[in-house]
Amino acid sequence: MTTDFKPISNGAAIALADVPHFSLDNFACRALHLVSNGGKVVQFFAYPHGDRLRFLAVLRTDTLLTATCDAPDTYPAMTATCENFHLFEREIAEQTGIIPRGHPWLKMVRYHANARGVADVFGNDYQEDIPGKYDYYAVSGDEIHEVAVGPVHAGVIEPGHFRFNCIGERVLNLEIQLGYQHRGVEPLLLQAAPNRRPFIAESIAGDTAVANSLCLAQAIEALSGMPVDAGAKIIRTIGLELERIANHVGDLGALSNDVAFLAPANYCGRMRGDFLNMSLLLCGNRFGKGLVRPGGVRFCLTDDIRNTLVQRIAELKPQVSHVIDLIFSTSSVRSRFEGCGRVSRSDAEKLGLVGPAGRACGLPYDARRCFPTEHYGNLDIPENAEATGDVYARAKVRADETMQSIRLIESLLRHPVETHCVDGENLPLTPDSLVVTINEAWRGELSHCILTDETGRILHYKVKDPSFHNWNGLSMALRNTGISDFPLNNKSFNLSYCGFDL
Amino acid sequence: MLNILKNRFEQGCRTSPYPKTPVQLPPRYRGRPEINPNAPVDLARRCAAACPQDAIDAENKTIDMGRCVFCGTCQRISDGQFVTFTQDFALSVSEKKHLITRGTLPDLARHARQHFKKLFGRSLQLRQVSAAGCNACEADLNVLATPFFDLARFGINFVASPRHADGIVVTGPVSRNMKTALFQTYEATPEPRVVIAVGSCALSGGPFRGSPEITEGLDKLLPVDLYIPGCPPHPMTNLHALLTFFK
Repeated sequence: MTTDFKPISNGAAIALADVPHFSLDNFACRALHLVSNGGKVVQFFAYPHGDRLRFLAVLRTDTLLTATCDAPDTYPAMTATCENFHLFEREIAEQTGIIPRGHPWLKMVRYHANARGVADVFGNDYQEDIPGKYDYYAVSGDEIHEVAVGPVHAGVIEPGHFRFNCIGERVLNLEIQLGYQHRGVEPLLLQAAPNRRPFIAESIAGDTAVANSLCLAQAIEALSGMPVDAGAKIIRTIGLELERIANHVGDLGALSNDVAFLAPANYCGRMRGDFLNMSLLLCGNRFGKGLVRPGGVRFCLTDDIRNTLVQRIAELKPQVSHVIDLIFSTSSVRSRFEGCGRVSRSDAEKLGLVGPAGRACGLPYDARRCFPTEHYGNLDIPENAEATGDVYARAKVRADETMQSIRLIESLLRHPVETHCVDGENLPLTPDSLVVTINEAWRGELSHCILTDETGRILHYKVKDPSFHNWNGLSMALRNTGISDFPLNNKSFNLSYCGFDL
Repeated sequence: MLNILKNRFEQGCRTSPYPKTPVQLPPRYRGRPEINPNAPVDLARRCAAACPQDAIDAENKTIDMGRCVFCGTCQRISDGQFVTFTQDFALSVSEKKHLITRGTLPDLARHARQHFKKLFGRSLQLRQVSAAGCNACEADLNVLATPFFDLARFGINFVASPRHADGIVVTGPVSRNMKTALFQTYEATPEPRVVIAVGSCALSGGPFRGSPEITEGLDKLLPVDLYIPGCPPHPMTNLHALLTFFK
């Protein structure tokens, strides 16, 4: 008899029949026990089982653990005990109409009607198309004022609404309401023909195109038994690291810009482009769209391209290193970065922050090291944990990772890489199975989860962007911070709106 | 101070000589598609069946650049016998019907509305509306401000308010939740105003085609003056479109 959550491997399919199925009480009790003792929630959602729904949770300690239970119409909220479940329970409520009783902050996530056609948990009328139509958390008092920003922002930025409750310049609370970009990605991935899936996955978040298509490809490979050769794994690793470097370098420039140090901002903007152009050289798209497909990669790494990449990196590496040194050795930059927007380690634990935002608070979790896929098992990924949890720490983690990733790519480009190119072959998927894939995208843990039905069709597709964990980290960072430091904090996280909105 | 100067020297001058000097994109870049009208129709049908974006009309032997995400699947399947993607990044058109093509695009400069050139040729201020895409189009519009492209040297800027703008640049498949915000931004832009649709999503719904949450083409909501295809369009495609259409 199974008595606990079942350990599973990242990117390995298991039969749904082998996933332990508990009563709701036992499920909640075990899940809360695991997460209260340092575990984290990777996935938690409801999926159809016959004409009923079931809950499925994927938790992580030093392994991945999973279990299911029957989903009731209403149940006592786990968030009341354990903050890690907060957004997951809201998401379930929005997607299925299941009410978590006693949830401390039950509000909509993406502003859409639920798929089951049952009564809306939030009492919204979705004929009205403004997600912001909602009573925001308010603070009252003599000198209290509110600042509302968005959905359309002052720059070339994705839409989202920010509501600041301030006393003078000081932010008491920042509430973030997203959902403007909701495109119905998960239902679309169920309906779309198999050859469309990689394109949809790559467009969940364009700056995370490689990581998303990697999660999809690994899941399909696991479910169809498709082999991937060693060369393809190396090329995919290079693609993912190029994506990381381009984004980190761009954001270091943006951080510099937000403290009015314009020279590095311009240098980083240009150098980011040079890294995007490396993806362009490799696969014809600056964001790596079209590189990864189930079964391998669509483009080989010829010796010509490999040598060009080696040359370009040899030229760029000292430039990046010098500009990073310039940013971090400038006292006016340090004085703005240090101590700004601090998130404590205990808050980061409770919110389950991932990626550089989590590492900046002292949580060393990095999926590349903890649950390695592709070529990462052969690579040495350092821990990169900082202690201070402020803008400085977030910038520092990203600067360190930039240089580490450049060295990783250098080492991978040292030897010729051979692979047999693929173009998204569609093999049948194993029926009645579950697969969870996790990759360390540049913002942190990205996870896709696929369940198949008895005919091998996809029964449920779940995507979790790292931003799903981290947006509340930004809210916490703003507490008691000057409102003028919002742009700086926002950039230090640089979270995805569309990855969250799906 | 010395460190700043050292970096300045190392970085050098990076601004592209375009449009005075042509720019060559790498061989794997997939730009303007060219169709071989003499290809056998069953080859065309195989390409059409494999196209994830349903962009190919096998009977008429055309490709819809509004739907196309430039993945190159059709070129690969036909081994270049039916479709080839050239390195030409000049993809933009001023009328939607011209997106459906065999490879020859009308001269954008001559199709531009002449009063736009007169009004905005020396100074064009644009407001960008990000409406539910994947942020790649936004990212490659943003790079126009970096030293390599340096859009401001042509008198074109992205501004913070629609009140300061001559037009809007829309990216994304306009989700249900962004419609109101898009209309309000459009209304807030003083007339005469330009509407530019950037990227496969804004042109046709892109990879999200078929989802009930999105709009399959900005032109269903607003009158569009300039269509820029791509997923996302290369910054050179954007730059070429803006310079050719308004200058």
